[in-house]
Amino acid sequence: MIWFRNVSKEYPRRGAALHGVTFHMRKGEFVFLTGPSGAGKSTILNLIHFQTLPTSGEVQVSRYNSGRVKRRDVAQLRRRVGFVFQDFKLLERLTAAENVAFALEVTRVPKREIGGKARRLLGQVGLSSKMSALPSELSGGERQRVAVARAMATDPLILLADEPTGNLDPQASEGVFGIFQELNRMGTAVLLATHDSGLIARNPSIRMIEVDAGRIVRDSAATADEPTVSAEVGA
Amino acid sequence: MRAARQAMAGFRRTPLLGGLSIGAIGFSLVILGLFGLAAHNLGGAIGDVERRVEVVGYLLDDASQEQIGAARREMASHPAVSEVYHVTKDEALANARRDLVEFSSLYQDLHVNPLPASLHLRLREGFRSPESVAEVAGELGAYPFIEEARFGGEWVEQLFALRQIATGAALALGGMFALVAVLLIVTSMRLAIRAHREEIRIMQIVGASEAYIQRPFLYEGAMTGLVGGLVALGLTRLAYAVLRDRFASFDSILWLPESWIVAGVLAASALGLLAALFSVHRELAQTYVV
Repeated sequence: MIWFRNVSKEYPRRGAALHGVTFHMRKGEFVFLTGPSGAGKSTILNLIHFQTLPTSGEVQVSRYNSGRVKRRDVAQLRRRVGFVFQDFKLLERLTAAENVAFALEVTRVPKREIGGKARRLLGQVGLSSKMSALPSELSGGERQRVAVARAMATDPLILLADEPTGNLDPQASEGVFGIFQELNRMGTAVLLATHDSGLIARNPSIRMIEVDAGRIVRDSAATADEPTVSAEVGA
Repeated sequence: MRAARQAMAGFRRTPLLGGLSIGAIGFSLVILGLFGLAAHNLGGAIGDVERRVEVVGYLLDDASQEQIGAARREMASHPAVSEVYHVTKDEALANARRDLVEFSSLYQDLHVNPLPASLHLRLREGFRSPESVAEVAGELGAYPFIEEARFGGEWVEQLFALRQIATGAALALGGMFALVAVLLIVTSMRLAIRAHREEIRIMQIVGASEAYIQRPFLYEGAMTGLVGGLVALGLTRLAYAVLRDRFASFDSILWLPESWIVAGVLAASALGLLAALFSVHRELAQTYVV
């Protein structure tokens, strides 16, 4: 579903962010992407979301390839790839239901279906009673749940989450993480970037890819006969 | 319809910014409007003078009515000629007595009328250049019963040069004012789009198409331009009314022709649309990297 093949990324001012990264993430898989700040986690997520393109190598997400993708395809790709941010990125003037409905409306979901689907998505993340609340009236955990519901609005194949629990207390973090697990059980692949080592330690069965200084240094799914990580390509 | 509704919602949500955009467009275009008013009146004044450009052929006294009639018909069918009229010797004397008051005593006790009859040719617009006028004068002067054909060559040349200078100045100044208006409109549209940056980002993240994101801003740009154009029109009309009321010498100034008004307001709307297209395209380009 997601292939990184010898991907390097350099930014004009920041310099190299990734060096020869190669991995494969399968459909329906749950993967932790971990590493210290500035290791390259967000760059990997942005490459999958086609917010940026690799300097060399190629990224393939479903049928979209970074070397061949056209500008008009990017919107279609992003409907298949939900994105959740650490800072939620909710529209403060809209209620929880309206934030979700906004995503449905702008992706051309028929009007008659929007209300019902927004309610169902918010129910799925346990916010049935907070539909009319503005983001400013919600706790951090609740805001992140709204953001998850919004990310799920387009029925994505994969959910990317960039430090989704970074601003939350432990209890709220567990609640949000539980939602990701539930969505994964229902078939959505999840790539969750985090430097919360406790969260990773509590879930040892989940595949973990560790990046450091732009290189993959560990992939818990890597085996001798089927490597999913190229050993330090270009290192 | 969805895009139009969203554009209206955008206005309602940020009325101050919308008002400022309309104001900026209105005030930048009112300069253009006032300039247009001045250019129109200057053009009208030059046009009035140009319409008086005519070629006069003085007839020999022995020219017959048949000859004169044939020349009138032939010259009337000339593509450069809009009107031909004949002034008889008696009419020429009456005109001289009326127009040249200081010489009236000279014309009082005449036994013989010394003034010749003449054929006067008025020229169509576009045929009043010195070359064109000289050509028509040459053709008129070629008739054997025409003693002399005059057209005030030097005067026509000066008038033509004045027209060229006025046109050049109008294009240069009008172009500069239009450029200032475009820059102001682009700036105000960029500000308006920046105010919606957060929504644009979210739309991009969830996968809204580029056309879907752009459309409400294009409507908003076109509407802002249209309303700004109408504001400019109103202010220009106000300035025109004040000038006419306050200063007697401005009494004869002309209001803008309807075609200019319609073209100006539509151009303002088109400018708003283009400014929005440029601004939103730049905004989107920051995230759409492909």
